[in-house]
Amino acid sequence: MTDFVPMTARLVAKTAEGDRLDTLHLKLNSDQPFGFEFGQFNMLAIPGIGEIPISIMGWQDDCLLHTVRGVGRVSDAMLALPEGSTLGLRGPFGNGWPLARFEGRDLVFITAGLGCAPVVAAINHAVTHRNRYRRIVILQGVKHHQDLLWQAKYDAWRDMGDCQVLLAASEEQKRKYHWRLGMVTELLAFAEFDPSHCAVMICGPEIMMLSAIPYLKQRQVADGDIYLSMERNFQCGQGLCGHCQLGPYFVCRDGPVFCYPDVKPWLGVKGF
Amino acid sequence: MPSRPGYSSTVAMDKVYLPRGSLGELYQALVDEGYEVIGPQEQQDAIVFAPLSGIEQLPWGRQEFTAPGQYRLDNASEQRAFHWNTGPQSFKPWLFKPQQVMWLGQETDDGIVFKAPVSDAKPRAFIGVRSCDIAALYLQDQHFMHGPHPDPWYSEQRRQLCIVAVNCSRAADTCFCVSTGDGPEATYGYDLLLDELDDGYLVQAKGERGNRILATLPTQGATPLQQRHAEEQLARAARQSRQMPDADTLKSLVEHLSDEQWLRIAERCLACGNCTSVCPTCFCSKQEAEQDLVSGEHQQVRVWDSCFSEQHGHIAGKNIRGEVSQRYRQWVLHKLATWQDQYQRSGCVGCGRCISWCPAAIDLVEEVNLMLGSRHD
Repeated sequence: MTDFVPMTARLVAKTAEGDRLDTLHLKLNSDQPFGFEFGQFNMLAIPGIGEIPISIMGWQDDCLLHTVRGVGRVSDAMLALPEGSTLGLRGPFGNGWPLARFEGRDLVFITAGLGCAPVVAAINHAVTHRNRYRRIVILQGVKHHQDLLWQAKYDAWRDMGDCQVLLAASEEQKRKYHWRLGMVTELLAFAEFDPSHCAVMICGPEIMMLSAIPYLKQRQVADGDIYLSMERNFQCGQGLCGHCQLGPYFVCRDGPVFCYPDVKPWLGVKGF
Repeated sequence: MPSRPGYSSTVAMDKVYLPRGSLGELYQALVDEGYEVIGPQEQQDAIVFAPLSGIEQLPWGRQEFTAPGQYRLDNASEQRAFHWNTGPQSFKPWLFKPQQVMWLGQETDDGIVFKAPVSDAKPRAFIGVRSCDIAALYLQDQHFMHGPHPDPWYSEQRRQLCIVAVNCSRAADTCFCVSTGDGPEATYGYDLLLDELDDGYLVQAKGERGNRILATLPTQGATPLQQRHAEEQLARAARQSRQMPDADTLKSLVEHLSDEQWLRIAERCLACGNCTSVCPTCFCSKQEAEQDLVSGEHQQVRVWDSCFSEQHGHIAGKNIRGEVSQRYRQWVLHKLATWQDQYQRSGCVGCGRCISWCPAAIDLVEEVNLMLGSRHD
């Protein structure tokens, strides 16, 4: 854990995932153990360019995996770094998914948009520790099918026992095998899980969360079994800089993963 | 004793008297204790806290006149050092600095090396601090020191602070500390506390350090008359025309999310961020990267930010607070309502700076009372 001054990490490999989207494999130069939860994030820094929050996508071969999309000055610069470069890293920050608490339950993952890393990380974990959880249901929405990242992973998950993968494309004209046309929330009608014994993890735009929740209520999922990964402007990761204040919370410190009833009054309110 | 509901003085009987001619000895005692002494002085037509070379630098005989959108210094009727109430800044900039280097990243042959900046914290004594600003200091302590990630720069300076507070002897037009419960009398958070009289000071010490300093001063017993004068001027300072609603009432602001008054305020608000700059409790900051292409030593710098700035609500490609009305609402709802969930009290200490320094003369207290439909005057 490093609070204010970054530790160094070496960019040992980059995996191209899509248009302006790479997964960075970062090896920490310190020998200290790096404990983290999926759903937490790190602040990645390039001196003289800046620092950005990137959620932890996974841990593989002693490397932290961070999937970075080029959407601004710092993330663009990060994608341009050659392998072997050094980066700064502070973290991990925030609260992740309480996956241990979900053991023995059905897991429902709902995500929309390009590569929702916090959820993919949690799915990977559940799949790796398959016997700890019951049924796994994965609902993913994108605009066009080619937007789906980690296609191979979804194919592999679909072929696993007791695992349902439902995909929706909202802006396609023609249906494709394994795909439905429409919004991800419409997939909920086809999701097979035990509402009285499940945990739902949602990541994506708040408008999607707001439209998913009534469907879940119809299925009689308890509010307290719904978890959301929230997105705000994080500049410090420590609850100090103020940008991510939401009601009684600083999202970077008290989230980004929240139990739905805790953020219910503030969810989707324009301007917060 | 004259008093008004909601305010009662606790002027203690253990105050001693320091003649005006001996104020310099208080200054010297602080210097002898190893402090850099910071005190109020007049600079560029305002009272500011700056290093003090002697008590002659204090703003003798000067006071401010404030009103919504106005702050003006003029000669006071009395030749006192502390006849003013507030300047544009509390001592916040000395602890939570407008610019703070967070880390340095040096490019070397072996890659990048990160290191912490050298701290410039040192023992500092502040003279002339008011009760509202002490309340603000305690709020900033909660935010910067008592969370899960204590800010090292704030904490290091905070631990080396000596505070010589002054009870207010009058109230500016924009003061409303009585209604927030934060003044005009300082009751905690100081080492020494002064009541300024025409010819000298009543002095009270708290704690080991304050008592040690007090023991070196040529004080005398305070007469009952002196004590009565101190009580009378405190009561005078407690007569304030503005009243912020109480904390529980303020919580109900969250029920006014779609009040049209936010839009009416936004028609006047310039979103300049002056209010958040002068607010002694505002703590937002943003980070900026500074390159040094010659030395290869780059800095990550934290600078004050404001929830009125365009970038404050920016997340990759979208702005969650594009409208000025949303930003004003963000400031007010956080400061007055949800702040209470985070810090167990409202974030407003009644100093009135946001009212005087608003170029559009927006009066926070008036707007809040209007919105809550409760006039307290």
